[in-house]
Amino acid sequence: MAERKIKVIIAKPGLDGHDRGAKVVARALVEAGMEVVYLGLQQTPDAIVRAAVEEDADVIGLSILSGAHMANFRKVRELMESSGLGDRLLTGGGIIPTKDQDELKEMGVGKVFGPGDDLQEIVEYIRANARRVPG
Amino acid sequence: MAKKNNEAWKEKYKGSGLRDADFSSISGRPLQPLYTWEDLAGSDPETGLGWPGDYPYTRGVHPSMYRGKLWTMRQFAGMGTPDQTNERYRFLLDKGQTGLSVAFDNPTLYGLDSDHPLAVGEVGKTGVAVDTLADMERLFAGIPLDRVSTSMTINAPAAWIFAMFLANAEKHGVGFDKLRGTLQNDILKEYIAQKEWIFPPEPHLRLITDLMAFCAEKVPQWNTISISGYHIREAGSTAAQELAFTLADGFCYVEHALAAGLDIEDFAPRLSFFFNSHLDFFEEIAKMRAARRIWARAMRDKYQAKNPRSWLCRFHVQTAGCSLTAQQPEINIVRTALEALAGVLGGCQSLHTNSMDEALALPSEKAVEIALRTQQIIAFESGAANVIDPLGGSYYLEKLTNDLEEEAERYFRKIDELGGVVKAIELGFFQREITRAAYEYQLALSRRKKFHVGVNEFTNPGQELEIPLLEIDESVERDHIAWLRRTKAGRDNGAVRDGLSALKTAAASGRNLMPPLLECARRYATLGEISDALTAVFGKYREQPFY
Repeated sequence: MAERKIKVIIAKPGLDGHDRGAKVVARALVEAGMEVVYLGLQQTPDAIVRAAVEEDADVIGLSILSGAHMANFRKVRELMESSGLGDRLLTGGGIIPTKDQDELKEMGVGKVFGPGDDLQEIVEYIRANARRVPG
Repeated sequence: MAKKNNEAWKEKYKGSGLRDADFSSISGRPLQPLYTWEDLAGSDPETGLGWPGDYPYTRGVHPSMYRGKLWTMRQFAGMGTPDQTNERYRFLLDKGQTGLSVAFDNPTLYGLDSDHPLAVGEVGKTGVAVDTLADMERLFAGIPLDRVSTSMTINAPAAWIFAMFLANAEKHGVGFDKLRGTLQNDILKEYIAQKEWIFPPEPHLRLITDLMAFCAEKVPQWNTISISGYHIREAGSTAAQELAFTLADGFCYVEHALAAGLDIEDFAPRLSFFFNSHLDFFEEIAKMRAARRIWARAMRDKYQAKNPRSWLCRFHVQTAGCSLTAQQPEINIVRTALEALAGVLGGCQSLHTNSMDEALALPSEKAVEIALRTQQIIAFESGAANVIDPLGGSYYLEKLTNDLEEEAERYFRKIDELGGVVKAIELGFFQREITRAAYEYQLALSRRKKFHVGVNEFTNPGQELEIPLLEIDESVERDHIAWLRRTKAGRDNGAVRDGLSALKTAAASGRNLMPPLLECARRYATLGEISDALTAVFGKYREQPFY
């Protein structure tokens, strides 16, 4: 049976202007046949989860290179749970130290990617872990 | 005769078997296997290159270049509280650094106080937090501002951070005419690449023009702007895009200042530039040489500046942060050394060398010392500083310089067709061009057409990190907010209110904003209070996200 395209919200929370990675990944996901809604910069966790609810997104991807990843991932995950998006994938990337990755996993965040990770690997990961909806 | 030999060589080249590799530059520029005098047919060295210190300055802005004065070794630094950063400055000066360069944290870059809700988790993380004059006092404590030049990487709130810097100099009895340094103050590249703005473009451009007019009169040795390609390149542009977009921004600032009635000879000599030095050695050197030539030609011929000082493209160089790898970070020392050498051979006036650990964190003391030592090796051991423009005359380099200039000219025409830089920003032209280039490079890595050692080739799977990383303690944010509250409690709040209200009036009237900003800074108005006062008049900017 045909499936709906995987729908991914990509956002940059906080004050971090480094959007190269977010945009490159957005493009790669589109090329791979997914639907991407790129919210852009200075997004609050509230606005991100609200957009995910409105779009009925399968995946939320956060890009954070400013060091403010713990607070933002935690808040977005909490809001996802309370907004009925508990079954959706929260992933992301940026400059995220290895020691923080275990704690992120415990909060229910999926894999987080870093500098040098391959685009194809990101595409495959999302394909394998996103919720699937019949089209 | 020459022709015949060329044909004979081509035959031999074709018959000699080539590696299965991509021979294009890191920007995707197709390259010939060999460059000869034929590639320079039609170029006249006298008009195209000239002499060092002479129009069109292709070979350098000074007649003696590094025989007269070495480039300024200026490491960009800032972290945590003003006290911590002050300690790092003293360390760097002690190790032989010759100029300071301030890195501010994200809230400061956006003109927000440390206790703003959007600042949570960001205070002191990627630079130093500065909220008021009291922080500026601590940041520069014990540093002789009349003897060390200071560069400040600040853009959207540049005018009021500078006002705090001036107020601090005043308190120490240092005359404004003695101050030397640079404000980045380049808002156009913020819309294009770095994305740290407050207002829409027009009020920001007015603030820049106000600052240029103020400095021309009162702070004559200050570089009022550092028109920056660095961030454009870090966002993923090609070398030609970096060159073209940066100089196009420069032309836009010149046109705004002229439209505001400033005399070109009063402000043009204080314009400075900032380029990236990426991994593709020759292309980078050519880019820097082309920048000098294009700028000189435009300033003399198009904008009719008469004073040769108004024609000079003087620039700072930073090695490419985006070329550093989190994997095998020690090898970043080698990348940085090559990039720094390109900056020197390109004729930079000052240089920052990145530290090996910067794909992971702010640099540790050890890492930043190695980065500074890298510059000292180039300056004092390599011999690169002995001869002016040592690669000038290389067929390859001169052809690349010509080609980059032509590519930039094509972009200038395109930007004009779109209605100028501000219009092109609104249309997302630059943003899309850069994202396309970034994506193509990433694909080339993914398809192994391009290589990044330690990332997609020569990897050490499972290798543990063996270098120490700097961490900014969570207590920094708490302590800094408490200090901000104490500063606010200790000042004359009536005087602050009056200052802010005078600032609003000036903003609405069109008068130069530097005098009321300086008055606010003297009264310990906070960065965020000043931002809010101006936002009430100028409004906020929101970007339409392009990718």
